[in-house]
Amino acid sequence: MAQEVVVLGGGVGGTVVANQLARAVAGQIDAGEVRLTQISASAHHVYQPLYLYMAFDQANPAEGRRPQASLLDPHVGLITASAERVDREQRDVVLAGGRRVHYDYLVLATGSRPAPEQVPGLQEGGHWFYTEEGALRLRDALLAFTGGRVVLVVGVPHKCPVAPLEFTFMLDEWLRGRGLRDQTELTYTYPIGRLHSLEPVARWAEPVMAQRGIRTETFFNVERVDPQARTVVGAEGTTLPYDLLVAIPPHSGQKVILDSGIGDKGGWVPTDRHTLQMVGDDHIYVCGDTTNLPISKAGSTAHFEADVIAANLASRLQGGHGSARYDGKVVCFIETGLSKATYVAFDYENPPQPKEPSALLHHMKLAYNRMYWLTSAGVL
Amino acid sequence: MAQETQEPHVIDARGSFCPGGLMELIKELRLAPVGTLFEVWSTDQGSARDIPAWTQRAGHELVSSTAADGVYKIQVRRMR
Ligand SMILES: Cc1cc2nc3c(=O)[nH]c(=O)nc-3n(C[C@H](O)[C@H](O)[C@H](O)COP(=O)(O)OP(=O)(O)OC[C@H]3O[C@@H](n4cnc5c(N)ncnc54)[C@H](O)[C@@H]3O)c2cc1C
Repeated sequence: MAQEVVVLGGGVGGTVVANQLARAVAGQIDAGEVRLTQISASAHHVYQPLYLYMAFDQANPAEGRRPQASLLDPHVGLITASAERVDREQRDVVLAGGRRVHYDYLVLATGSRPAPEQVPGLQEGGHWFYTEEGALRLRDALLAFTGGRVVLVVGVPHKCPVAPLEFTFMLDEWLRGRGLRDQTELTYTYPIGRLHSLEPVARWAEPVMAQRGIRTETFFNVERVDPQARTVVGAEGTTLPYDLLVAIPPHSGQKVILDSGIGDKGGWVPTDRHTLQMVGDDHIYVCGDTTNLPISKAGSTAHFEADVIAANLASRLQGGHGSARYDGKVVCFIETGLSKATYVAFDYENPPQPKEPSALLHHMKLAYNRMYWLTSAGVL
Repeated sequence: MAQETQEPHVIDARGSFCPGGLMELIKELRLAPVGTLFEVWSTDQGSARDIPAWTQRAGHELVSSTAADGVYKIQVRRMR
């Protein structure tokens, strides 16, 4: 009987794992010894970083979407369906409608979702650019904006840790371009005692904020929003009035994780930081935003983890032990405005050292937005 | 009180440069019942400084803070 590998999720992590594994064990798949299946709730693959540009009317939804089947190696079977539960006893993934898909090895790569409902008043009073719908709604609000107080609040946890800074710098420049900056008071808040969790990024951002006249408020954890009074209240006792509130909502793991009883309270799956196996289950690997690891929830994280998971699965399917280890590597490009960018790289052992922002790095980020399709398809 | 003797819920944020120890604590604390005791393990100095400062501002209790072999262990109890 064929060994069954199921990859649950067709985002960055799930797609890279599936394609790399398909290539590594193509012979075994052709011989009927291995079957590789991806289950994804959406028939489309979405490149989420474009949401940031959509909020400024610089990208459209269609540019960020491709049919999932077009990105997958032909050795991967795609099931477009929503998984409702993982049955670890039977080793089945249970789909909506009751169909069961058996696995010998399962990769959980269902990602994370913004959960604005966790903050009272946020859904009624705030905007966000972490979903397509949210980004388009914010775009329309920005185009109608004529000046006033803009406040950015950051929920914990959230994916793409650099997006709050990027959005703020891009907004500053965008407002200047529209002649609205003088009529706008822009406030950037952050949950901890500095402007970004990466210390060198925080150090770099501080003078830039001052130079651009952006007000900052650290130790601000959004607790509730009063849409009538147009105020946002932090857990530390600070209240900020706003005319336009932009939030990075706190994130949650997916319902399927919670419903399967395999996550913690937030829906994150306990994962070994080096082997990327689910704690206590030798048959399950966890990739990308889905893990409970204390590292950035980012596409690059999902990609580097996927490399390790695909290598270990290929090894085990071929009789090896699958002993490659993940070292915590993350790389992030950071937009510092509409025309310059920088990047940081770090892992469990080595702290980040940002590079001087440059126009070249901005063009590399824009180029990556286009090249992404090749990397997820496993070409680059 | 039962909560006084409870085992701390350990948050292993060693090697976490981003999001770091304090954000990991906030992530867990938000969803835990009042009274829960946490112990954050962190290798980053910023967290060792920030966690006590935030705990006080946000109205929680700093129970203890120790450091050995480059690892800070900071206990915090959710109070509200
Ligand atoms: C505005 C924005 C900007 C960003 N910018 C960057 C950036 O510049 N750099 C960077 O590295 N990262 C960035 N990110 C973060 C990055 O997009 C995510 O961290 C990354 O997509 C995580 O990959 P993943 O595979 O874990 O999850 P995802 O890519 O989110 O994929 C999850 C998959 O699981 C599927 N799924 C979920 N539930 C089910 C279910 N029940 N059944 C079946 N399928 C299911 C979904 O359909 C999806 O295919 C950004 C994100 C946003 C929102």
